[in-house]
Amino acid sequence: MTEPVIQIQGLSVAYGNHQAVRDVSVDIPARQITAIIGPSGCGKTTLLRSISRLIELVAGVRVWGQVIFQGQNIYDPRVDVTEIRKCIGLLAQRPFPLPMSIYENVVYGPRLHGRYNRATLDTIVEKQLRAAGLWDEVRDRLHTSASALSVGQQQRLCLARGLAVEPEVLLCDEATSALDPISAQRIEGRLLELKADYSIVLVTHVLRQARRLADYVVFMYMGELVEHGPADRVFHSPQEAKTRAYLEGEFY
Amino acid sequence: MRWRQFKDQFAGRLTWALTVFAAALILVIALALLVRAQPLLDVTPLGKLLTSSDWHPLRGEFGFLPFILGTLWVTVLAMVLSVPPCLLCAIYLAEYAPPRLRDTIKPLVDLLAGIPSVVYGLWGTLVVVPAIRGVITPWVGEHLGFISLLSTGNPTGYGVLAGGVVLAVMVFPVIISVTEEVIRAVPDGLREAALALGATRWQMVKGVVLRRSLPGVIAAVVLGFSRAFGETMAVMMVVGNVPQIPRSIFDAAYPLPALIANNYGEMMSIPMYDAALLAAALVLLLVVLVFTLAARIVLLQAVRRVR
Amino acid sequence: MGKHLEEHFFVALMIVSTIIVVGSLVLILATVVVKGLPALNLKMLTRVPEGGYYLGKEGGILNAITGSLALAGGATLLGYALSLTVVLYLHFFARDTRFAYLVRLSLDVLWGVPSIVHGAFGFTVLLLLGLRASLLGGIVALALLELPILVRAMDEVVSMVPFELQEASYALGATRLETALRAVVRQTVPGLLTASLLAFGRGIGDAASVLFTAGYTDRLPTSLLRPVASLPLAVFFQLGTPVPEVQERAYASALVLTVIILTISLLARLLARRLTRHVIH
Repeated sequence: MTEPVIQIQGLSVAYGNHQAVRDVSVDIPARQITAIIGPSGCGKTTLLRSISRLIELVAGVRVWGQVIFQGQNIYDPRVDVTEIRKCIGLLAQRPFPLPMSIYENVVYGPRLHGRYNRATLDTIVEKQLRAAGLWDEVRDRLHTSASALSVGQQQRLCLARGLAVEPEVLLCDEATSALDPISAQRIEGRLLELKADYSIVLVTHVLRQARRLADYVVFMYMGELVEHGPADRVFHSPQEAKTRAYLEGEFY
Repeated sequence: MRWRQFKDQFAGRLTWALTVFAAALILVIALALLVRAQPLLDVTPLGKLLTSSDWHPLRGEFGFLPFILGTLWVTVLAMVLSVPPCLLCAIYLAEYAPPRLRDTIKPLVDLLAGIPSVVYGLWGTLVVVPAIRGVITPWVGEHLGFISLLSTGNPTGYGVLAGGVVLAVMVFPVIISVTEEVIRAVPDGLREAALALGATRWQMVKGVVLRRSLPGVIAAVVLGFSRAFGETMAVMMVVGNVPQIPRSIFDAAYPLPALIANNYGEMMSIPMYDAALLAAALVLLLVVLVFTLAARIVLLQAVRRVR
Repeated sequence: MGKHLEEHFFVALMIVSTIIVVGSLVLILATVVVKGLPALNLKMLTRVPEGGYYLGKEGGILNAITGSLALAGGATLLGYALSLTVVLYLHFFARDTRFAYLVRLSLDVLWGVPSIVHGAFGFTVLLLLGLRASLLGGIVALALLELPILVRAMDEVVSMVPFELQEASYALGATRLETALRAVVRQTVPGLLTASLLAFGRGIGDAASVLFTAGYTDRLPTSLLRPVASLPLAVFFQLGTPVPEVQERAYASALVLTVIILTISLLARLLARRLTRHVIH
């Protein structure tokens, strides 16, 4: 296994009295696609959102343990959370373009982080829209409202928007589940290309998708980490009975 | 990059401070009124102010009883006149009216809420008062005058009845919109259950919907009451403004808000007058405060129960 | 068949009640139009009261129209600024949900406070500061009246913004302030505008809170520290005179006030539908 980009150590998350993630420790490999799989309600989305502290937006949530990124624990109170989130991007389940034009959506992040030069921003927009595979479709209407795009296009716009802050890690939370099959395929294709430059962590409940994309697999059940390892090994010779049962479709 | 963090922290502090300020306003108002009313309260205890009916400002006697009773007469009459039609109208809108009719009537009711109180007052003086003077008073005097509550000693038309009618119309939108909302919040499953047992629509409404939404309906009425209690201009224009304890709905009355509006800022030369009026404002504030809180607590429980 | 008779009886009562409610609205508007329209003319709208106006001589109510616009406009601006900060705090910065609950509760109570109490309070504050009835005083008293309306309306508008939209902004490394101002407030612009129009409509119609705090004058509003006229008080005072011509002007003033308020409420509805270009549903 290559050098890990993120090390999760003893992470637990609770909403009020409900413990959603229990004592999870796992290393996320760099420049690979890691898939977190498991039946619904197993805590995979919670785990994903804990990696960039987005989980803290939920009222009444408590987090224990550490997430080590770039040599420091991101839950350390001295850490600037906005810097963490800049380096660890998110592609959410449904596309939520910000209420502004296509162009402004892409430059929203870079502008936050202080790049105001118009020429630079133009370059970023073209580069990231190309990376997301959207450039050819929107190059003539960059300044029209993003809400006029189709859902599939919106999701690729959200991908471009996330890439524009040049993150190191990209978190994808069921990023294709709201899309039609063709749009989903396009996003998947992008992710496979992007893993050359980014470390990608995705949550999915579609096993076939995990098989298509993942280099590394993390299986969770009832908030606990059951098994993790290279995709080949987990899919072909799972060590745990629960993993085997899940892969054979015994529970969802 | 620290600059962004600083701005964020600063915005957090600033918005916090202004929020505390906004939330404290109600206390500031109450305290300010209390402080300014204190000179009078030092001389005459609050209990005496509220129960005495001697109103002789020049002698330093400030009994609020006639004004409090005047307010109560007008407000209670307004509620008696407005609650039945409001509830029926709200039930009609929520349960019976076809959607298109409801979508036409609801904005109209909201429009009623937007009409300023002086316009209600104007309508009162131009329509309600003449009707009472010209039609209702003579008729009642002839046929029902033996009932003391209806005795027609005051033929002018300006009095409790006029104030009650104007106020009743003013609180229509308050009561209707809250009631309609509470009724609509009752889950459809309950309605189906009742209808499936062979109940008529009205039996379903009476037995299930109203019972379920009763706390909310009470809250709506309480909100209407507290709105009516503090209303000033419209009432003042039609109620006659005679400092006496009304005995009949045709008598003139002098509600508390009208007392403040007519005299504050004018009679400053009379000692204690200003303190007395601010004490009156304080009483108004406290009554409304109690009613608003009560309505809110009831409403909150109603919502919880419905869910 | 008793139960069907009962059904018909109550449905009939409901329809009668609904007719009473709608009918009283129509009656009020009809009264204002029928009485006000004959007395209304261009001079009423374009002139200020001249010598002997209150005895029936020449003049108009331009002083009250401009005064009311200045009062309600100022109060809405002031209330808007304060309520936007409160709502931003409640949604983006507040950690303590009990404090947020208390804030909302206290503003609900403030909503119930009769406007005459705002007026009396405003006047004591003016006295304390050594000021007299003035445009500024009226603005502050009306802002007290509008604040809870604005906060509640904006609170609702901001709550409607999908959580994912905020999350998308945070996920890009935005701070709370940046998320609030750049992503969320943009989404809510139509809602916030509607809210402030509603508050404006409420403010411009209120008489009791400006009675002591704004005073009355025959001049146009020029200074924040001078008294200012207002339409509701124009109705009230002119109606109180014994001269029939002046009373008719009260009707006309009421018509002007009503038309302004209805226009605003209509505008608010239209705006709520129109300005949704970038808004995600």
